[in-house]
Amino acid sequence: MKYKARLSLDIFFKYVFKATGLLVLALLGGILAMLIYNSFSFFMDVKPLDFITGIEWNPTAKIPKYGMVPLILSTTIVTFGAMIIAIPLGIGTAAFISEYASPRLKNILKPTIEMLAAIPSVVIGFLGIVVVSPGIANLADLSNGLNALNGAILLAVMALPTIITVAEDAIHAVPKTYKEASYGVGATKWQTLRKVVIPAAAPGIIAAVMLGVGRAIGETMTVLMATGNASILPTGMFDSVKTMTATIAIEMGEVPYQTTHYFALYAIATVLFIMTLAANMLGEYFINRFRKYHAA
Amino acid sequence: MKTKLSAENLNISFGTKHVLKNVNVSFAENEITALIGPSGCGKSTLLRSFNRMHDLSPDAKISGSLKLENLDLYSKTVPVTEIRKRIGMVFQKANPFPKSIFDNIAYGLKINNLPHDKGVIEKALREAFLWEEVKNDLKMPATRLSGGQQQRLCIARAVALRPEVILMDEPCSALDPVSTLKIEELISHLKEKYTIVIVTHNMQQAQRIADKTVFMYLGEVKEEGLTSQIFGNPVNEVTANYITGQFG
Repeated sequence: MKYKARLSLDIFFKYVFKATGLLVLALLGGILAMLIYNSFSFFMDVKPLDFITGIEWNPTAKIPKYGMVPLILSTTIVTFGAMIIAIPLGIGTAAFISEYASPRLKNILKPTIEMLAAIPSVVIGFLGIVVVSPGIANLADLSNGLNALNGAILLAVMALPTIITVAEDAIHAVPKTYKEASYGVGATKWQTLRKVVIPAAAPGIIAAVMLGVGRAIGETMTVLMATGNASILPTGMFDSVKTMTATIAIEMGEVPYQTTHYFALYAIATVLFIMTLAANMLGEYFINRFRKYHAA
Repeated sequence: MKTKLSAENLNISFGTKHVLKNVNVSFAENEITALIGPSGCGKSTLLRSFNRMHDLSPDAKISGSLKLENLDLYSKTVPVTEIRKRIGMVFQKANPFPKSIFDNIAYGLKINNLPHDKGVIEKALREAFLWEEVKNDLKMPATRLSGGQQQRLCIARAVALRPEVILMDEPCSALDPVSTLKIEELISHLKEKYTIVIVTHNMQQAQRIADKTVFMYLGEVKEEGLTSQIFGNPVNEVTANYITGQFG
């Protein structure tokens, strides 16, 4: 090819890549603008304070109630429950793979765990309905097991591959010299793991947990299938809950276009967005706190 | 002088690689012994066998006997953590923990259930000639110290446990000349209390600080003796060639 042609191809691709890069930014900005714009339409009808503090969600009643508290609470307890299960399991598995497992076992475990992430959420939800929820119902003597606990268990399973993979990378990346220093002063393997390796890997582990939280808050299909979707104010893990994501997914299909109810779903989405953003920023904050010991 | 640390008929191999061949060597109490020799001759392997660092490599095979005075270092009845407490180690690259200066020294004391109040920490830092430089910044992350300071902190961490032997694996190889001199001064001072074995590539360093020198070549001890004798009047031809810089 002639030099001139090569040069113009070079310039052409520079603009192509610039365009794709800007497109991503535009998409993000567009989504955010759409959420906020439609939320404003909602707040013309309902006071933001009533929306945030209202304890009843019933948009189809004679006097519609747009209280978000039951939804936020639902999402919170399901996510929180999922993390209580997934964090110790995830970090424990990551530590096992990185520090204890033989190379052969490691070669089996890692791909298996990654495959767990490939199971579609609808399949996990299905498992929840036919396996986990009857189990919970039996054990706790309930009429059915479609409740927050069911959702939490399933979300834990879904968040585990992310948490394990990222945490394992972080633990594996801890310099060998730290471990040698610790063994060198007479520490056991467990003391080294707990007091040197895990603290040194903390930024990565927190990032892993935050990714898990993000996954759990945003997950829709599984919780929609598994948690019963009763929009009541939940009081515990055995109550049926209707998360923010499930509310949007269920009601968006049925709501008349451009009504208060329609705009309300956008407002929920905005709150959801703020929650995930807060989770990420909190993660960043902790990462920076630990990072200052890692400089140099 | 009394023998503190010794190896008899020591053979070490990693997989199919035979790294140490029939090594017989001993180190006297309260002396500094330098291990010299070209890269890959097994100096570090020998050094690390004394505090059982090879336990971490699953493919390491060790035969022969290693002793701290009369204690068999590889005996099943002696916990490896006890050995590492009695035989401390300073590594090639300064490796402070990503913790504060104070916690870097307190760590080893805590896990061995020894007192770790400020007095103990101060004593260790003074012994490592570091106290005056860091006494107002004990809470500072150790990673903010200079390379030389970090290495002295690692020495302080080792001496805090009151070991009997300190193994040093090229402790100055990553440092500038000024920091190196400071550490050499420190090492010379430490021999009053500890037995020191130091691996070095720097032959001037061996001559400056070591009482005795051991020359190793291709996994064997070729020659050992007083430093002045090894450098002034080597018996073995390979030793002579190495110390005069003809290879290595």
